[in-house]
Amino acid sequence: MLVEFAMQHAWLVPLLPACAFVVIVFLARPWQLLSAIVAVGSMATACFFATLAAIGIFTNHEYVEKPLVYATRWFSLGLPGMPDLRIDVGVQLDPVSAMMLFMVSFIATFIFLYSIGYMKGDPGYSVFFSYLSLFGASMLLLVLSSNLLQMFVAWELVGLCSYLLIGFYTHKISAREAAKKAFVTCRIADFGLLLGLLSLQIVFGTLNLTELAGKIEHFEEFTSFGMLTLIAVLVFIGPIGKSGQFPLHVWLPDAMEGPTPVSALIHAATMVVAGVYLVGRTMFLFHEVPSAMQLVAVTGGFTALFAATIAITQREIKRILAYSTVSQLGYMMLALGVGSLSASMFHLWTHAFFKALMFLGAGSVLTALHHKADVWEMGGLVKKMPITAWTFVIGGLAIAGIPPFAGFWSKDEILVSALNSGHYVLFAMAAFTAFLTAFYMWRMIFLAFFGAENPANHPQESPWTMTVPLLVLSVGACLAGLLGTPWHNVWGEWIRFGEAHEGPVNYGAMLLSIVLAGAGIFLAYTLYLKDAKKKRARKMAEWFGPVYRMLYNKYYIDELYLWFNHALVDGTAKLFYLFDIYVVDGIVNGIGAFARLSGDGLRVFQSGRLQNYVLVFFLGVLAVAVLMAFSGSTTAAGLVLGGVK
Amino acid sequence: MDFPILLAILLAPVAAALILAFVPREEHMLIRCIAAVGTFVSLALSLFAYFTYNQEIGGLQFVFGNNMPWIKDLGVTFFLAADGISLPMLLLTNLIGFSAVFASWNVNNRPREFFILLMLLITGVMGTFIAHDLFIFLLFYEVVVIPIYIMVVIWGSSKRVTKEYAGMKLTIYLLIGSAFLLVGVIALFVKTTAITGTPDMSFTGLAAAAQQLSPFDQTWLFALMLLGFGSLISMWPFHSWSPDGYAGAPTAVSMIHAGVLKKIGGYGLVKIALYMLPLGAKFWAPYMAVFGVIGVAYAAMGALAQKDLKYVVGYSSVSHMGYVILAVACMDVIGLNGAVANMFAHGVMAALFFSMIGFIYEKTHTRWIPDMGGLARQTPRLAVGFMLAAMASLGLPGLVSFIPEFTIFISAFNNYGGLAVVGIAGIIITALYVLRAGANTLFGPPRPEYDHLQDIKGPELVPLVVLGTVLVVGGFLPSLLFDMINSGVMPLHAAINDALQLGGNF
Repeated sequence: MLVEFAMQHAWLVPLLPACAFVVIVFLARPWQLLSAIVAVGSMATACFFATLAAIGIFTNHEYVEKPLVYATRWFSLGLPGMPDLRIDVGVQLDPVSAMMLFMVSFIATFIFLYSIGYMKGDPGYSVFFSYLSLFGASMLLLVLSSNLLQMFVAWELVGLCSYLLIGFYTHKISAREAAKKAFVTCRIADFGLLLGLLSLQIVFGTLNLTELAGKIEHFEEFTSFGMLTLIAVLVFIGPIGKSGQFPLHVWLPDAMEGPTPVSALIHAATMVVAGVYLVGRTMFLFHEVPSAMQLVAVTGGFTALFAATIAITQREIKRILAYSTVSQLGYMMLALGVGSLSASMFHLWTHAFFKALMFLGAGSVLTALHHKADVWEMGGLVKKMPITAWTFVIGGLAIAGIPPFAGFWSKDEILVSALNSGHYVLFAMAAFTAFLTAFYMWRMIFLAFFGAENPANHPQESPWTMTVPLLVLSVGACLAGLLGTPWHNVWGEWIRFGEAHEGPVNYGAMLLSIVLAGAGIFLAYTLYLKDAKKKRARKMAEWFGPVYRMLYNKYYIDELYLWFNHALVDGTAKLFYLFDIYVVDGIVNGIGAFARLSGDGLRVFQSGRLQNYVLVFFLGVLAVAVLMAFSGSTTAAGLVLGGVK
Repeated sequence: MDFPILLAILLAPVAAALILAFVPREEHMLIRCIAAVGTFVSLALSLFAYFTYNQEIGGLQFVFGNNMPWIKDLGVTFFLAADGISLPMLLLTNLIGFSAVFASWNVNNRPREFFILLMLLITGVMGTFIAHDLFIFLLFYEVVVIPIYIMVVIWGSSKRVTKEYAGMKLTIYLLIGSAFLLVGVIALFVKTTAITGTPDMSFTGLAAAAQQLSPFDQTWLFALMLLGFGSLISMWPFHSWSPDGYAGAPTAVSMIHAGVLKKIGGYGLVKIALYMLPLGAKFWAPYMAVFGVIGVAYAAMGALAQKDLKYVVGYSSVSHMGYVILAVACMDVIGLNGAVANMFAHGVMAALFFSMIGFIYEKTHTRWIPDMGGLARQTPRLAVGFMLAAMASLGLPGLVSFIPEFTIFISAFNNYGGLAVVGIAGIIITALYVLRAGANTLFGPPRPEYDHLQDIKGPELVPLVVLGTVLVVGGFLPSLLFDMINSGVMPLHAAINDALQLGGNF
C-alpha cells in the first residue's frame, strides 16, 4: 500500500528537499538549528520514500524490461494535436533509477547529518543547508527524469549547486576561482551535450527516454549511421566534463575548495556520477554505435590510469581523494564502454559508500587538525581518533580491492567484463591502476594515521553527528559489494542492459586483482611505514626528478588551460573590442563627422548676411543674361520661368 | 462595449504623469508613490489581460477603436488590440516599468520631471505593442525617443564617453532607424493603396494587400524595415549605440531600453516585416541569420573584454539579441516562438541586471569591476539579485531564459546547421564573462571601504522580488509563457506559410 504510493508519487523524493530549500531560504534562515533539522528531516523523509519505491521495484521482475513511466506535458509548440516540439517531464522508475534514488538519498542523508557538526560556528550555516538541499533535490530529479531535457535541467542545476557550494567560502579567492572553473569547464562539456540533445530532438522528434530507445533500435529509418555516431560522441562530451574524465577533469581536484561535506556529496553521491549515469541511461544509443562505445571505454581506461599516476605524488589529503575519484570514475566509464552497464552501476554503488566514507573521514581529520591538509604533517592519528582512523582503513581496504570489502567485487566485475569483451590493453591498464590505487591510498593512510605522531598536532575525535555517519557508511563499505559476488550475482539480474549473462567465475582475474592490491599496500607499507626512516620515498622522488615534478604538477594541464584562457581567449576578446571601438564605432562617428562637416560646409551659404545673398542673386541674374545672349531664347526662358511658356 | 482594458493600461501612466505635473516638486515621496501607483495599475490590468486572454480562440482580443477613424484619408484608425505575441511584451513592459520606478527610488535630482518622463516613456513603449495600426505604431515609437534623450542627458552617468555623446548616439540611432522604417512604411502604404484602392493602415489590412506585391517589391521593402528594426534591436553591425547608450543612461532608462524598448525591433520584425512581407523575409533570412550569429559571438567576445559592469551587460544584450534575430531568420513555428519568448526572457533578465548594477553604482559610486570585490558579504541581497540575473543570462535551466534559448537552438540547428553551432557556442563565452563579472564584483575578500554599505531594503527590493519571481516561475513553468506565444505565432506562421507557398508558384 505504502510501497505502491511511493512508486506512484516518486516525484515526492526530489520535491521534499526542494521544499526544504525554499523553507530554509524564506523562513528558517535566522535559526541555524531549525534550518539543519529541516534539511536533514526532508532528506531523511525523501530517503524513506526512495527506499519504499526501491522495494516496490526490486520485488517485481517486470520492471527490468518495462520501466514504470508517468509523465506530463512541460511545454509544447505548434498545434495541440500535432506539436512541432513537445517536452514532457516525468518519472521513470526502473531498477537503475531506483537504485540510484535510494543510494543518493541515503548517502545524502548521512552527509547532511555530518554537516551539522562539521559546519558548527560557520556564519553561513543555514545557507549551507539550503544549498545542500537544493543539491540533493537536483540530483534526485536527474535520477528520476524520464526525459533527456528534464535530465539536462537537473544536470545544470546540479552544476549550479556545485558552483555555489565550491565557492561557499566567498571571501576566499581560491574558492571563487575553483567554483568558476568548475562551472565553465562543465559548461564547455554541456555545449557538446546540448548539441547532442538538439540533434536527437531534431532527428527522432522526441527526448523521452523510452520513446528514444524504441526509435534508436531501428535508427536507419531516421538517419545515417554516421550521424548517429556523431550524436553519440556529442552526448558523451557532457559526461566527460561532469564526470571529470580526461581532458576536462581539471575542475574536480579544485572542487576541494568547498567545505568537506560538499566534496563528499560531489564526489560520492551526486554530480560526478551524473555523467556515468547519463551514459548508462542512454546505453541504447551507445550500444548501436560501437565506435562511440570504444571512445567511452578508452577515455575511461585512460582517465583511470592517468589520474592514479597523479594521485601518487599529491600531498593534500583531499586532493589525493579527488584524483582517486577521477580514477574510479574512469573505471565506471570503462565498464560502460566495454558494454557492461551492470558492472559500471555496481562500481558506482560501492564507490558511493567508500568514497563518501573517506571524504567524511578526511573532513573529520581536517577539523581535528584545524585544516592542516598535508599528509606528511599528520601521522599517528589512530591513537587519538580511533573511529575516524579505523573507518578510514575500511574505506582504504574497499577502494584498494581487498575481499570481502565492497570495492573488490565491483572492480573485479569491471576487470572481468573488460577481459571478456576482448579489451586486453584496457584490462592491463585497469589492472595496473588497481595496483596504483592500493599504493597511493595506503601511502596516505600510513602517513596520516600510523607511524610517529606529530607533536605539533593536538587531534581530538569528532562529535557523534560526524562519527555516526562514518560508522554507517563503513558498514556500507564492508557489505555493499556482497550483492554482486560472481557466485550469486543478484545485482546483475536486476541492473543490466540486455540479457543478464552468467559466465563461469574467473578465478584468475580475481586472484590477480587481490595480488595487485596486496602488492600496492605492501609497497606503501615498506616505503612509508616500515622503513619510513630511510626516506626511500624522497630519494625515489629525487631520482625520478622530472617525472615526479610532472606528476606533482598534474602534467601541467592546468597551466596549459590557463594560458589558453588568458592569452588566447582574452586576447581575442580584446581584439574584438578594439575593432568595435575603432572600426565599427569609427564608421559611425565618421558618418556623424561627415554630417557635421558637410553642415559646416553648407553653412557658408546660410550666413544670414544680406550682402552675400544679394551677391549670389546678382550672379544668378548675370548668368541667365549671359545664357540668353548666347543661346536660343527658349532655353533661357525655360530656365527662368520654370518651363512655363 | 466592454471595458477598454488596453486603453486603460495605456492611460494609467499618462494619468499619473498628469497628476505629477500638479504635485509640488519638493514632495519626493508623494511623487514616487504616484508613479508607483500609475505603473501598478497598468501592471495589474495587463496581468489580468494576460490571464483572461482566450488562447483557445486566439487572434486579436480586447479590440478597441477598430472602427474609430482618425485620419480618414490615410486609413488611420486608433486601433488597439492584443494577441499572443503582443501580450507577453505588454506584460514585460509593465513588469519592467513597475520595477523601474522602484529602481529609481533614490533619484533626488528633479524627481518630478524624471518620473513624468518615465511615465511617458513607458506609455510610448506600451503603445507600440498594442497598436494594431502601423501609423499609430510609428507614432508611439516616436513618442519614446524624446524622453529617452532628455533622461540620458540630465540623469545619466558616464565613464568611457560623455553622457551627452551617449544620449546623442542613442537618439540618433533610434531616429535613423525610424527614418528607414518611415520610408519603408510610406512605400508600403503607397504600394498597397495603389493595389487595393482604399487606404488602410491596420496591420491586417496592410498584410492582406501586401501579399499582392511582387517579390521584388517585398524584398526591398523588407530591407528597409530590416535596417530600421535591426538598428533598434542592435543587430550587428548597427549595435554600437547599445553599450555606450546603456552605460550613459540612468538605471531606469537602461532597464526599459534594454528590457523592452529594443524588443520593439524584434517585435516589429516578426509582427510587421515578416507578417506583411514574407517573400522579402525569405530572401533576407540567410543574411539575417549570419548577422545574428556574428552578433552573438562578436558581442560576447566584446563583453569579455569589458571592465565596466554596464558595458558587460550592454554587450551581453547585443549578444542575446543575436539569438532573436537568428530565430526570426528561421521563420518556423519553433523559431518564432523562441524569438518572442527570448525577448521576454531577456527583458526580465536585463532589467534585473541593470537595476542591480544601478544599486551597486549608487552605493559604491563605481561600476569599474577591478575596484570592487567581496560585495556578497556586505550586501548579500544585492548579490542574490545579481547572481540570479547572471545565471539567467547564461541560460541556466530553471530560469526563464533557458527554454527560449533551447527552442531557438533547435530551430537554428535544424535550419542553419553549422552556422547555428557557432551561435550556440556563445553559451560558453557567456558563462565566462558573466561569471567573471559576478566573481570579481561579489566574491573574494571584502573591501574595507565598502563595509559601511547598506544592503538593498524596502522599496529597493521590489525589482528583485518582481523580476526574480518571474525569472523562476517562467523557468519552471515555461508553458505559462509558451502557450500564450504559441497562440499568437500559429496564425502568423500559417499566414506566412500560405504566402510562401503561393509565392513559390509565381
